[in-house]
Amino acid sequence: MNSAFFPALQLALARPFIASNVSFLASLITPPNADMAPVATPFFFYLLSGLAVAGGVLVITRRNPVHCALALIVTLIAVANLYLMLYAPFVAGVQIIVYAGGIMVLFLFVIMLVNIERASKDRRFNRIWPAGLAAACALMALFVSAFVKGRTLFPDRMIKLPEISNTQEIANALYGEAGRMGQYTFTFEIASLLLLVAILGAVIMTKKRI
Amino acid sequence: MLNQFMSYLGSNVTPGSANNQLWALIYVFIIFAGVSLAVVAMNWFERKALAHFQIRLGPMRVGPHGLLQPIADAIKLMLKEDIIPQEADQFVFWIAPVIGLLAAFTVYTVIPFGPSQAVSDMNIGILFMLGVSSLGVLGIVVAGWASNSHYPLIGALRSSAQMVSYEIAMGMSVVSAVLMTSFNKDGTGTLSMIGIVRSQQDQGIWFLFKFFPLGLVAFVTFVIAMIAETNRAPFDMAEAESELTAGYHTEYSGLRWSLFMLSEYAAMIAVSSIAVTLWLGGWLRPFPNLLHAPAWDFIFSLFPGLTFLGLAAIAFIGVARMPAHFSFKIQRIGLAVFAALLGCMALLLLLLAVAGRSADSSIAARFREGIDYVYWFILKVALFMYLFIWLRATWPRYRFDQLMRIGWKVLLPITLGVLVLTAIVGVLAS
Repeated sequence: MNSAFFPALQLALARPFIASNVSFLASLITPPNADMAPVATPFFFYLLSGLAVAGGVLVITRRNPVHCALALIVTLIAVANLYLMLYAPFVAGVQIIVYAGGIMVLFLFVIMLVNIERASKDRRFNRIWPAGLAAACALMALFVSAFVKGRTLFPDRMIKLPEISNTQEIANALYGEAGRMGQYTFTFEIASLLLLVAILGAVIMTKKRI
Repeated sequence: MLNQFMSYLGSNVTPGSANNQLWALIYVFIIFAGVSLAVVAMNWFERKALAHFQIRLGPMRVGPHGLLQPIADAIKLMLKEDIIPQEADQFVFWIAPVIGLLAAFTVYTVIPFGPSQAVSDMNIGILFMLGVSSLGVLGIVVAGWASNSHYPLIGALRSSAQMVSYEIAMGMSVVSAVLMTSFNKDGTGTLSMIGIVRSQQDQGIWFLFKFFPLGLVAFVTFVIAMIAETNRAPFDMAEAESELTAGYHTEYSGLRWSLFMLSEYAAMIAVSSIAVTLWLGGWLRPFPNLLHAPAWDFIFSLFPGLTFLGLAAIAFIGVARMPAHFSFKIQRIGLAVFAALLGCMALLLLLLAVAGRSADSSIAARFREGIDYVYWFILKVALFMYLFIWLRATWPRYRFDQLMRIGWKVLLPITLGVLVLTAIVGVLAS
């Protein structure tokens, strides 16, 4: 149940890089550094994106749930590496710890307790495929429109966050610098409160008597 | 290529920071070979030490004092039939040991054997280490499931529950050490492994002793959690041989099984390196700030040579104590050659220490410095390796519910308390 909240948290973490607040971004832009260039080669981008897409396709096409989970792990790690290429090492590290290391282990844990023999013979979501196709098309349209109109939606400058201060900038955005509340402190606290409630709910559900 | 090779020489940053892929690759090979060799040595030493704990001799037949036993074992494992059970999930069964091995070896990219003796210095070093080493559990879980057998499945479930539980206590104690890095002038800490050691040097104290006993408590909880993380005795529930035959690797044999062993020992060295980096000052020699006169530098730089001299002496005593019977002749010659090699190594290191004692910029001095860093780091890690064996020889195995109770009801509250107290004391002190 935690997985529903982590995307929100992660979005909050990623906001400093995609935020539309241009003045905030301008303060983060550093002069292009020649030493930092070779990391983001097109080869690695296509390799990692290809891995992510291939993993995603395998997740929905494989019948065996454990194979699906392994493919999902491949996707998650490829995405973490894409974050690294965007000079966001902290987000990459959190992606690996939370998703690949934490949530996927719990997924596998649960899958093992399920009777896989039967589960793999069950009819799956075949009847609702038109709805899925419509949703996929809508998402695709959103991406295409974002790609076409990207010039106006996103700042036209490329953000070059210095890798060294990445974690510090996230901390400043989340918790604020000395004596000043951060840009996302309130959102962050609400997210953690939601997580706490979810944990309490899980604990209460497992108790036989309270 | 030659240019790339030469340009890094004399640099005082890691190959990753200097953006030198060639040297990064060289470092990767050195570390891979070194760790594999360490695992082999550890294999021999563990069997010998355990045997001596139990008043046995341990391996004695293959080579003098069983020194060639790991090689014989390796050959046996490679030649042994590699069985994949009929009903097993072939692909997952094949890939499971590889996942564990990859996770165990990937973390070595950020381990700082010295200020420039690491493949790369990541800004998120410690997060990266914790994250990637937590991927190792995937290999175990998947191996247990793919075997399609009861014991492995139970072992895998136990192991995943245990590793997920102890990761939390481990992470919390790491956070309190990371928090200690921020008690400096500008109040900004660091997650980089090299940065953590540097900040211990700047603050003039190993984090083990900082805010006594807070650092010590965090360290001890980390050590307990790391033993549970690596599935070692007394927390080796995943492979409890009295209950589960061999746990998650019951169905594995030959080379695949040895990959599991390799990744287990590599993971042990990796978590020990985290403990050394966070609490024991990493590559720093004892008292780097207090005893910083050149004379002290020279005395401490003699240690690597003296260590090898001690090892050579032990080997020579072994030669002298070898039975006089003629059937021991070859063993005696072999051990004497080994002792002589150790002695040569010791002489080389001592010569280097003498040659590099004064001039700060000469090649010998830089080489000597690098050897010192790596020596102190490896010495501290070796102490942890001995601790692993020592605990295995002395403690009985916990029951699974006891294990869970320690993780959730003892270690987690302690680490949370230490974290809060560290923050309070740190704010009050600065």
